Amino acid sequence: MKNNNLKKYGALIVSSALLLGTLTACGAKDESSNSGASSGGDTIKVGLNLELSGNVASYGTGIAKGAELAIKEINDAGGIDGKKIETVKIDNKSENSEATSAAMKLATQEKVVAQIGSATSGNTVAAVQVANQNKMPIISPSGTSPTVTVNDDGSVNEYAFRTCFIDPFQGKIAANFASNDLKAKNVAIFSDSSSDYAKGLAEAFKKQIEANGGKVVAEESYVAKDTDFKSTLTRLKSKNPDFIYVPGYYEEVGLIVKQARAIGIEAPMMGGDGWDSPKIVELAGADALNNTYFTNHYSAEDPDEKIQKFVKAFKAANDDKSPDAFNALGYDSVYWLKDAIERAGSTKGEDIQKALADTKDLSLVTGTFSVDKEHNTIKSATVLEFKDGKQVFKTKVEP
Amino acid sequence: MEWLQQLVNGISIGSIYALIALGYTMVYGIIKLINFAHGDIFMIGAFVGFYGLTHWHIGFIPSLLAAMIICSILGVVIERLAYKRLRNATRIAALITAIGMSLLIEYTTIFFRGAQPEAYPDDAVISKTFTIFGTQISSESIIILATTIILMVLLQFIVHKTKIGKAMRAVSHDMEAARLMGINVNNTISATFAIGSALAGAAGVVFGLYYTKIDPLMGIIPGVKAFIAAVLGGIGSIPGAMTGGMVLGIVETIVSAVGFSMWRDAAAFIILILILIFKPAGIFGKNTREKV
Repeated sequence: MKNNNLKKYGALIVSSALLLGTLTACGAKDESSNSGASSGGDTIKVGLNLELSGNVASYGTGIAKGAELAIKEINDAGGIDGKKIETVKIDNKSENSEATSAAMKLATQEKVVAQIGSATSGNTVAAVQVANQNKMPIISPSGTSPTVTVNDDGSVNEYAFRTCFIDPFQGKIAANFASNDLKAKNVAIFSDSSSDYAKGLAEAFKKQIEANGGKVVAEESYVAKDTDFKSTLTRLKSKNPDFIYVPGYYEEVGLIVKQARAIGIEAPMMGGDGWDSPKIVELAGADALNNTYFTNHYSAEDPDEKIQKFVKAFKAANDDKSPDAFNALGYDSVYWLKDAIERAGSTKGEDIQKALADTKDLSLVTGTFSVDKEHNTIKSATVLEFKDGKQVFKTKVEP
Repeated sequence: MEWLQQLVNGISIGSIYALIALGYTMVYGIIKLINFAHGDIFMIGAFVGFYGLTHWHIGFIPSLLAAMIICSILGVVIERLAYKRLRNATRIAALITAIGMSLLIEYTTIFFRGAQPEAYPDDAVISKTFTIFGTQISSESIIILATTIILMVLLQFIVHKTKIGKAMRAVSHDMEAARLMGINVNNTISATFAIGSALAGAAGVVFGLYYTKIDPLMGIIPGVKAFIAAVLGGIGSIPGAMTGGMVLGIVETIVSAVGFSMWRDAAAFIILILILIFKPAGIFGKNTREKV
């Protein structure tokens, strides 16, 4: 999700993974052919390759909590086809090289049927090569970058899947929300030009809003770490937009919202999941944040029955703490895998991979999802609104 | 109306540059040292103000004063510890020490409180927006401008009407001659650091009030911009620092206003390069011949 080092280290990781791959090729071949049989006892081994320490430890531990709850529920209900799930949890320390070796260990030593993880796109990509070679499906709960499943040359990584939607999808959802729910006609875009994430969202938003008949009256950008946005915002104001799209991270977005309101911009503003932090309320102030929206994976306040059941179960298991998006995605990843194993009727990597790729209209906590040709998950996104500094569930937008 | 609004934006950011630039210019004027740790004193001021407002709950004016006092003490300590013994060393040695000092302050702060940003509280001052001729002027902008003007008038008074001001002017004119006339040069230099750092501390609090977000590395860019402002106005000249800060703030705003927001920082550095090529003495600087 928030991993800029991806490209920088990508080449290095792929090449080292290839090297490791050739070194262990003989061994790997034998193991992959009987990976199903090895789990054929009375348990099904599932690997968790997550960021349990390091700089994005909060993502990984969040996913682990959600996934463990799901596994416990499944086991209490009798397991998958009568077999209990056995978890093998490995900490990849938020590092790409550790993620690769963790995947290697899961595939060759532990012989798991599938891997759940990692949280960031970068760490997931680092494990993809290993997964393809060992025919071990991996499901990244929150790797939103398109590169997780599709390589730069356009080829699809057969064994890579993700539970969340991809980055550009959020831009599309925001555009549909702006034209359908807010009836916006003249929109402005103010995006972070130093982040691939923000640029991807802005591009997708622009494409969709123009397809919806809207007009982009102004397009401006800033660079992460800027603090003064007033002059650019004053310029935006003179164009009289009735909606402003601000994809970016909360540190700058908080200041942008505050300064925009200070110079009298009343138009609604919207962004993506980079807005999801309590810090944004401190930075912008609760008043300034009124009439702003952002897209996210799910909301604990969604009245949907499935979601409320999950929230209740999670709270019971975690000292009344309300589950966040990572908890929900981790939870869903396990149930998706369970569904795939049941449909495949087998624990062989190839069969699970086929079942995952064929997923259609599977209803889980974070939405009803289907998988397309590029292994992108098509599902609904949730739109949240800030009301007096609180995130309030606004609506769910279907793709 | 848009232009009037942009002018207000430019003056607000320009006031902050001017306050920081004053410290640069005073220190340069007296010991010919570009004090790169100055931007970090500005950062410390912002944090002291933040703790004053949120932890000690002492209100805006006392927080501002606390920041100024703590920063002036810090400025004097830095001067006594690091720069004093280098007074007769080469200029480059002192400059490198200043850069080292800057990094030391930044990372000591990170060591003690982490690198995460903090947000100034909303209710630090009465937050109100006035609309004049269709231009929105926030009470924060007015406070920034008022603080800047009051401090500058105070500074002019100190430099031109007091004994220590006279000593500062004498030392900056000729240190050796001043010493022979019985002026305590060390104390005078310390006083210069104290006043310059207090202004930077005030700028930090005002910055936090206006832009909300503060973090341990926040001093770098405003520090560099204020340095450009000081050079633009003529380094060593106090009215020059004020004018340079305002001009730089307004130029940056205009660059963004005409749609080149990505070029804003570049514009500041282009100004630095142009001024160094064509008028190295700056707007207010005197063209003095090097003494042989």
